[in-house]
Amino acid sequence: MRGLLAGAIAGERRGLARLLTAIENDASGLRPLLPELFAAGRGAHLVGITGPPGSGKSTLVNALTAEWRRRGRRIGILAIDPSSPYSGGSIMGDRIRMMDHASDPDVFMRSMAARGELGGVAAATWLAAAALDAAGYDPILIETVGAGQSEVEIARLAETTVVVEVPEMGDEVQAIKAGLLEVADLVVVNKGDRPGADLAVRHLRAMLSSAGRRLRTPPPVLVTSATLGDGIASLADAIDQHRTTARAPEQARQRAYNQVRRALADLAGRHAASHRDFDEVVSAVAARELDPLTAAERLLGYKT
Amino acid sequence: MTDDARATPIRVLIAKPGLDGHDRGAKVLARGLRDEGFEVIYTGLRQTPEMIADAAEQEDVDVVGMSILSGAHMTLLPRVVALCRERGMDDLLIAAGGIIPDADVAKLKAAGIAEIFGPGTSIGQIARYFRDHARRRA
Repeated sequence: MRGLLAGAIAGERRGLARLLTAIENDASGLRPLLPELFAAGRGAHLVGITGPPGSGKSTLVNALTAEWRRRGRRIGILAIDPSSPYSGGSIMGDRIRMMDHASDPDVFMRSMAARGELGGVAAATWLAAAALDAAGYDPILIETVGAGQSEVEIARLAETTVVVEVPEMGDEVQAIKAGLLEVADLVVVNKGDRPGADLAVRHLRAMLSSAGRRLRTPPPVLVTSATLGDGIASLADAIDQHRTTARAPEQARQRAYNQVRRALADLAGRHAASHRDFDEVVSAVAARELDPLTAAERLLGYKT
Repeated sequence: MTDDARATPIRVLIAKPGLDGHDRGAKVLARGLRDEGFEVIYTGLRQTPEMIADAAEQEDVDVVGMSILSGAHMTLLPRVVALCRERGMDDLLIAAGGIIPDADVAKLKAAGIAEIFGPGTSIGQIARYFRDHARRRA
């Protein structure tokens, strides 16, 4: 395991790929290496790309990758797709639209199944991003599961969250609903060559500039056509510029808090699952002899 | 098999090497394997052996399944095996399906294609074969 980490840091693609597998599978022997993994981080810009299914996230990631490659950057990509709630299986098709970079040694792409997580990213995504960072990729693009209205987990993870919409997104009420749009640092209307793009941009700008203004500065709304390449250079610029904003102390602290909270939840879950009375306590909840909160307290060793 | 091994889905790359015009079979198989609990990465039509080896490496899959109908299997499939082994993917299971004459099967197996699934194979058979023969992760 240590060899994999050293290999990944030294730029071995196979070592990195196998380290990512260990992270996804929460392999034994991984835990002691995590401090080293984070220490090896080079401060890559973590960029989340989210939006509804079919809005063009993968095509946009492909176009952005081409743009950043022209600028000499090395790109890491994590593309997350849903897992079946029934079989646990998954079909991950994001590579289909990434073929331009399939054999580029300075692009590393990994598909991840969400494995039961409902926030649009997998539980291991933040650790996988840390591995790509340690391997020297920057920026790291995290493409979420096709998101509905409330898969906002990506905003806790990424420094810059890009929400991708399309001209046919719906009426103004769709734009004023809470959720996904609220977490956007940048809003993109993709498929901007389609009819209705101008109207969608106007609706989004109007909504974003009036609502929630007290809370934060409204995010810019950009228009792209990922298949034609229109607007991609401006989007890459806007993402790069946002890096500075995202690293203000308050923002950095918020992200750190989210990471610690995530780690706490993992730790508590693991600790509880290894409790000798685990099965018994869960059965008691199923039999309605115990409420879930008291059960959780008991498993974590609280005196109740 | 331990609980851990069972909880970890097998990752499969489904790839279409060469110039086939359609990929219905590959998509049906991808869907079927998903329902069997596999994590399937599908890369679309017209892949070169290099692209397939690159994807297998980055995705660290347990299995590569190639579907080929064009008749170029004797050129393309052994090349994928060679590239993967060259890059140290020694425990990777590589299988193929599609339209492959019986006369070529032995030669492909000698070149490192573990199994060849012709027309009429059920998805269940393929899933069972992958489960039985894919490497077990540490």
